[in-house]
Amino acid sequence: MRLPEGGRIDRTKPLRFTVDGIEYTGCAGDTLASAMIANGLLEVAPSAYLGRPRGIFAAGVDEPNALVQLDDPMQLATTTELVDGLEATLLSGKGKLTGEADEARYDKRNVHCDVLVVGGGPAGVAAALAAGRTGARVILADEQRELGGGLLTENRLLDWLADAVEELDALPETRILTGTTAFGYYDQNFVALAEKHRLWHVRAKRVVLATGAHERPLVFVDNDLPGIMLSSAVRQYVNRYAALPGENIVVATTNDAAYGTAFDLATRISTIVDSRPEPPAGLVQQARELGIEVLAGAQVQQALGTRRIGGVRVGDRTIACDLLAVSGGWNPAVHLFSQSQGRTRYDERVAAFVPDTSVQAQHIVGAANAVYDLAGCLREGFDAGLDAARLTGFDGAQPQAPYTATETVAPPAPVWFVDGPEDRQFVDLQRDATVADVRRATGAGMRSVEHVKRYTTIGTAHDQGKTSGFAAIGVIAQLLGADGPQGTTTYRPPYTPVSFALLAGRDRGELHDPVRMTPMHEWHVRNGAVFENVGQWKRPWYYPLPGEDMKTAVLRECRAARTSVAVMDASTLGKIDIQGPDAGEFLNRMYTNAFAKLKVGHCRYGLLCKADGMVFDDGVVMRVAENRFLATTTTGNAAAVLDWFEEWAQTEWPDLKVWFTSVTEQWATIAVVGPQARTVLSIVAPDVDCSAESFEFMTFRDVALADGTPARIARVSFSGELAFEINVAGRHGAEVWKAVMATGLPTPYGTETMHVLRAEKGYVIVGQDTDGTVTPQDLGMEWIVSPRKDFVGKRSYQRPDAARPDRKQLVGLLPVDPDDLLPEGAQLITPDTPLTPPVPMLGHVTSSYHSAALERTFALALVKGGRQLIGRTVLAPLRDRTIAATVTEPIFYDPEGTRRDG
Amino acid sequence: MLLIPCPWCGDRDETEFHYGGQAGVSYPARPADLSDEDWGEYLFVRDNPKGPLAERWSHSAGCRRWFSITRNTATNEIVR
Repeated sequence: MRLPEGGRIDRTKPLRFTVDGIEYTGCAGDTLASAMIANGLLEVAPSAYLGRPRGIFAAGVDEPNALVQLDDPMQLATTTELVDGLEATLLSGKGKLTGEADEARYDKRNVHCDVLVVGGGPAGVAAALAAGRTGARVILADEQRELGGGLLTENRLLDWLADAVEELDALPETRILTGTTAFGYYDQNFVALAEKHRLWHVRAKRVVLATGAHERPLVFVDNDLPGIMLSSAVRQYVNRYAALPGENIVVATTNDAAYGTAFDLATRISTIVDSRPEPPAGLVQQARELGIEVLAGAQVQQALGTRRIGGVRVGDRTIACDLLAVSGGWNPAVHLFSQSQGRTRYDERVAAFVPDTSVQAQHIVGAANAVYDLAGCLREGFDAGLDAARLTGFDGAQPQAPYTATETVAPPAPVWFVDGPEDRQFVDLQRDATVADVRRATGAGMRSVEHVKRYTTIGTAHDQGKTSGFAAIGVIAQLLGADGPQGTTTYRPPYTPVSFALLAGRDRGELHDPVRMTPMHEWHVRNGAVFENVGQWKRPWYYPLPGEDMKTAVLRECRAARTSVAVMDASTLGKIDIQGPDAGEFLNRMYTNAFAKLKVGHCRYGLLCKADGMVFDDGVVMRVAENRFLATTTTGNAAAVLDWFEEWAQTEWPDLKVWFTSVTEQWATIAVVGPQARTVLSIVAPDVDCSAESFEFMTFRDVALADGTPARIARVSFSGELAFEINVAGRHGAEVWKAVMATGLPTPYGTETMHVLRAEKGYVIVGQDTDGTVTPQDLGMEWIVSPRKDFVGKRSYQRPDAARPDRKQLVGLLPVDPDDLLPEGAQLITPDTPLTPPVPMLGHVTSSYHSAALERTFALALVKGGRQLIGRTVLAPLRDRTIAATVTEPIFYDPEGTRRDG
Repeated sequence: MLLIPCPWCGDRDETEFHYGGQAGVSYPARPADLSDEDWGEYLFVRDNPKGPLAERWSHSAGCRRWFSITRNTATNEIVR
């Protein structure tokens, strides 16, 4: 029911809401849970596994029971701010995805600050005040809508709080983020904060953790009945929301804190059941004066009732009640502290794991540091705030603490569980896991809480063990007869659930990843290209004519390249400008073949290996001038090759004078391929004599095109056909491409045709026909490994492993049925291999295509001892059939190389 | 997300860097003179301590400088 006065709700602003379709009224300032309690609604959906009645148990992020479906699935009634028209459906453990995309706009902010204070209770506010006054850049984040934390629960220092908030608001360098949860604490004080629609990435010089503490439940028979609630939650509902969850209340506690709840609700409290044989005399005295009976050294053994608690059994006595406020002690909320690599230790004095050693530049204060008296929390907050600011170069005076009465907090006497049926003593309400379940785990030999967690699922539900974790630790300790709790499970982000939509922010759809497009991209789009992604690049894959499927289009493009002329946009190839007097020597040390003596104006195909001798990348290198080379790399490996060059130049050979610049985007490249390539060149670049005698294979020249555009034309071929690569400055790419197409001769082709053409010639694609375990020799490319000079990785070819006869080698495959296409990736076996697992594999298909030139299918494969198998048959067993293929040399077309001169 | 001190650019987020493994493992002056075992040691064997490890990083999305730092693999604390 709603109390007639008090609380921080606005009674002048009624809000209508529904729960399971029934309409209720709450007030501005309510949470959904407090409004439900104000309407007498305590019971929520039954438990997920056993179907037992459950009620609202907590008042914050530690709520195990009160799950609701709103627009978002699985929200907590206790942390949902009430708004007008809210429609909630109670959930048993599981939510439902709506199936609709979240269209809300989410943003990200990256910020730096001097001091980040996490938690806006008394310690956090004190820290922010002390740090903020020095002029330091301070961020104070709190998950609640209103600052104050425990002060709002306990109705204390509210005037001081109001003044402090006003002052913080006015400080120009201090930012207050309410309704914002610090959910992840990563290395070097990188903290992620979740506001409703904004994700904050904060890099803080110092962090003050004032994250408070979570009250623990008590474990006894039928401790899951509706009407059993954490004592601090009861106090919060009454004091902060004027929502009264029960009229006739029993308090069961192991510590001092629940007395505060009892005193605030004095007339409605009949009994305090305290596990301690000698509770502090002052508290007992005060209780008796208020007419509350105190049972010392006693425990609630059982809750009575069916759909709601009707009483409790304490020893031989039965005490009637409609609400039981429980307090099993307090756990400092060390989640973020632990995420930041801070270590905790078990402290007998407070019967909890407390912060021990920090790794990062941080302070941990207040209840999070197991300091439970208000004066102590304020003092720690002020000290840490000022310290943090000073350590970041600011200074100020120690703030004056407000007056608070001296409190002495007496030690608790934890109770882990009671005598009685263990399968009705709940450790984890969300997972319906009981003491009996924990006993099964320890009986099966488990000792570690990590193992018990996985065996019982305790602590794996939506609150990740905020209420159940420590209960389980205590039960385990008692079952094992251990000397107190032995350790916690690992705390991992996020502290509370965070939606994927928030994490994604605006990085969705086309903004998910940067897209790289060549200068000719628009032409490709207008001319119907189908694109494929190569790294971040969009590359034309093939250009279907109306009515054509991919196979038909690719066969047509291939025929054009082999019989007339075809062009491809090759701009995406990585390009590295290499300059310096030692550039030639450097390339000699990096590539398997020699470059130091390459003539200016000439190009050479080169292969790069890692130190282990495995193929890393390949490409054509041009010598532009005595001290200048231009190396191309594969499209996907450009950045890796540049890193690799830099690594060797900087760390191993700093004496070499050589420098690198990525010029990938600076050049647009058009490959003109086919027997009629010269006709195209004669129109586009009429001043260039491109006869075979004058313009030799593997040379290039800098020329002017017909319209005067400067271009570098190279005679290189990745298809075996006569081919020229026209390189122009990126800004001229589109117009030169159009000029080439305007000759009316070429057919545009994409990466698929490029792959077919090169495979027909047995040219490998690094990363497709290789996988980091393949040497040049495995590819049959001994010819490119220089015997005369040293290079990175050369020594590896003398390793016995490089000479194993069963290394996988590159071979060709011709399916016995010329229409059968081997799937790329298909595993290969010998014909006599039985298909009973484990089947010994011979190798796998790396490339496989229909060939227009061969009028059949063909493939490349890596096969163990493959070169010895040439002429033999291998099998590719697929799900529904087996393809037989003959092993061949990995070159299918023009093995004499007669076509490259046209 | 580590905060890594680049000697040219100062502290930058980890995403700007490329990891280069253990530092101080020099390329042998004359690889051909090494036994298979020693060459294998150079290629494949690295320290894997729980604690401080000298390692190389490259500021690949920034100035491209390669440099060494010492990072505690247990805590990610970085000591230059």
